[in-house]
Amino acid sequence: MSEEHHINYVKVWAWLVGLLCVSVAGPMFEIKVVTLITAFGIAGVKAYMVAKNFMHINIAPRFVAYMVTTGLVFMLLFFAGAAPDVMEPKGENWFKPGWHEVDIQGAEKELEEGIFFKDQVDH
Amino acid sequence: MSGRPIATTRSASGMPTGLLAVWWVIVSEIVIFGGLLGSYIMYRLAHDAWTAEAAHTNTWIGAFNTLVLLSSSLAAVLAHRAAEAGDGRKAHHLLWWTFAGGVTFLCVKAVEWSIEIRAGYTLASNTFWSFYYTAAGLHALHVLAGIIIIAIVARSAIRNLELHRVELIGVYWHFVDVVWIFLFPLLYIAK
Amino acid sequence: MAEAVPITHDEHEGHAGHTGIRSWLFSTDHKVIAMQYMFTGMAMALVGGFFAYVFRTQIAFPGMSVPGYGMVGPNEYNALVTNHGAIMIFWVAMPVLIAAFGNFLIPLMLGCDDMVFPRINRLSYQIFLLSAVVLLTSFFVEGGAFGGAWTIYPPLSAKAEYNLTGPGSTIFVLAIALEFVAFLLGGINFVTTAMNSRAPGMKLYDMPMVVWMIVIASILFMASVGPLIAGAVMLLFDQNLGTAFFDPDRGGDPVLWQHLFWFFGHPEVYVVLLPAIGITADVITVFARKKLFAYRTVLYTVIATGVLSFTVWAHHQFISGVDPRMAHVFTVTTLLISIPIAEMMFVFIATLYGGSITLSTPMLWALSFIATFLIGGVTGIFLGASGEDIYMHDTYFVLAHFHYTFYPIAIVGTFAGLTYWFPKMFGRMMDDRLGKVHFWLSIIPFNMIFLPLFVLGLAGQQRRIYDYTLFPDLDLPWMWALRQLATISLWVMLGAQLIFLYNFFKSLVSGEKAGKNPWKANTLEWTTESPPPHGNWSELPTVYRGPYEYSVEGRDEDYWPQNEPA
Repeated sequence: MSEEHHINYVKVWAWLVGLLCVSVAGPMFEIKVVTLITAFGIAGVKAYMVAKNFMHINIAPRFVAYMVTTGLVFMLLFFAGAAPDVMEPKGENWFKPGWHEVDIQGAEKELEEGIFFKDQVDH
Repeated sequence: MSGRPIATTRSASGMPTGLLAVWWVIVSEIVIFGGLLGSYIMYRLAHDAWTAEAAHTNTWIGAFNTLVLLSSSLAAVLAHRAAEAGDGRKAHHLLWWTFAGGVTFLCVKAVEWSIEIRAGYTLASNTFWSFYYTAAGLHALHVLAGIIIIAIVARSAIRNLELHRVELIGVYWHFVDVVWIFLFPLLYIAK
Repeated sequence: MAEAVPITHDEHEGHAGHTGIRSWLFSTDHKVIAMQYMFTGMAMALVGGFFAYVFRTQIAFPGMSVPGYGMVGPNEYNALVTNHGAIMIFWVAMPVLIAAFGNFLIPLMLGCDDMVFPRINRLSYQIFLLSAVVLLTSFFVEGGAFGGAWTIYPPLSAKAEYNLTGPGSTIFVLAIALEFVAFLLGGINFVTTAMNSRAPGMKLYDMPMVVWMIVIASILFMASVGPLIAGAVMLLFDQNLGTAFFDPDRGGDPVLWQHLFWFFGHPEVYVVLLPAIGITADVITVFARKKLFAYRTVLYTVIATGVLSFTVWAHHQFISGVDPRMAHVFTVTTLLISIPIAEMMFVFIATLYGGSITLSTPMLWALSFIATFLIGGVTGIFLGASGEDIYMHDTYFVLAHFHYTFYPIAIVGTFAGLTYWFPKMFGRMMDDRLGKVHFWLSIIPFNMIFLPLFVLGLAGQQRRIYDYTLFPDLDLPWMWALRQLATISLWVMLGAQLIFLYNFFKSLVSGEKAGKNPWKANTLEWTTESPPPHGNWSELPTVYRGPYEYSVEGRDEDYWPQNEPA
């Protein structure tokens, strides 16, 4: 089905490995933003390169790219809908025991003492 | 071509049936991994304390495994090129390199996990580790399924049979690689 | 350009090397697999219906031993309602509407000889059957079947010390996970077949609506079930391996499960709705002898509905403590989604308007789908508004709403399709008079079951309670009267299904032989034998027009088959 495309696969691989090295080196700068960019930005770039050069998504009929993009968009949608609840460790009159610190004994103690409202917590 | 319905040979969408089906598999896998990793990200961003746990994953092993998968993807796409040219022998050869990459990945992971488990970081010790083993485990299951299919396709390929399947398993394998490309920073770098 | 490809027996596997029962068990013929899904689904419907009989009898006559079952304790009651819900959705509605009708109709309506992956088709049924068996075993393990509602919310579902059904809970989740795998495999088959295997000359817009609907439903399913599969793995680990994904004591969040579940759960209802809409469209066009009004609009509307259905899920979670700002968003999207559905209703009415209507049994079912689903949809609007939902959540109002949607979908839609395609599937006509008796004895009792439940719900009767004598506010004579009215109507309705079963089997054996096209319909399945042979046609058809060319001006016949040359 695919035509003969003149991609040098080894060259693509070399770039991918190079990017891998950069992403491993990123945290060594100890700057959070840099780490985030090198880790996830590069992951995005690598994924795109694999999809384009190895999976030939740009040669496949357009609908394939739409299918894949739709899946990704739905995942963003899911995250957007669930994150406001799941990532919120406390509200007006409640908090999630065990979320402000991963301390199993502490969380159990709070539950035993029936501490469910933030006023009751003396942190 | 024995026993294949005429339905399978038609191609009204412009794409061969097998390849179209593999892309649909990939879409459904995107939402499976997306749901799992999305949940992980939600928790991770909200639990600062997990940073302490995450520090114990071994970045070098993770990076090595990434290198292994990237290389096996290279072998897979070269196998596809060989299959397209009708060279079943070469495709077979390259598919075994792909297979070797997958096996290496799984062996390294087995060693890595035994080290971590012996150090006390088990599935239930902390929700970070629960996600770590679940996500990497689900991915490893997909690697395992992939190498089995690669072996099956390779065996037909050497006889110049079913060469179109080389591309199909290749696309699946690249997807498995892409999932790891995201798992690696999530589990190993973001500390 | 005609593709006249004669099909010889050698080119078809499935029967290769197998004889008799084994050839049936291992057949890869889409029609055989369709029947297997159909009969498994209908058998499970009997199980689910029996559960409904038992728990409704307990509600209406609490403390009385239910004939044919015995005393119903509170835990058993919970297990019955939980499994009734799960069975009806996952093991009745889905296999019958999507897998059975999809498998049977798609290759036939598209003019090809089978699905694109017959062996994967076979595998998907085998996994599905396994999932049904796994679910049923949960009744026989220690502790019995899971009773924590079909929504399986943790921590109740995760901790055996709360749900008291340790093994049963794990089996329940496993059964659902297996069912998902079966439908993922099946869905890929349906979508790929529709995208690739259409007859020469058949453009996408020449496909009958029911094919479109099943295909879109399969896509919705594939795109929405992923997070729940992830969630099911996480829940299984919580149940059995001591993880804390959803355990609030240890840093987990039960609300995450709710999001994972409902992100799938809401598109799921559209997954089952769409085939029913497709069946209705195809039935009413045939029995009104009229073109479907605005085919492309219907299509785009349904696609829009499908996309929108991914944005409404948290309306199931309005009172679980979700962020109120998100509640605003989900209220708006939920109310919005009623618009395309309302549009579908208008399209059906416009299709019927001016048509030459025959009130055959399939037509009666299709028309009543429109009427009853309308009630279900409209009552959903009340629930979609978060303010109203604060009062109505977990009351019988919700239950009546979703039965006024699910019953039309899974029961009315199924009977419309079955009575319509029975001649094609089995080569004989069903008894139309018996069919009509069955129809009226089902549809009137159905309304008498659920209309009272709206009233009870508004009066504050909450769900999932096994004995309302325990609640003084609900222990009122007029409420008991309504409960009993609903239950007795259920008994009548369940009894009436015997008429259908009798009609079904009697017609199989001695019904009037159906020709190729007893209904004078346009779509391709009616151009081959009844029942179609292996391979469907000796010469695969070519298509020249769309599926709804009825009552076309200037023609003698009021129908125009798709494969008739111009």
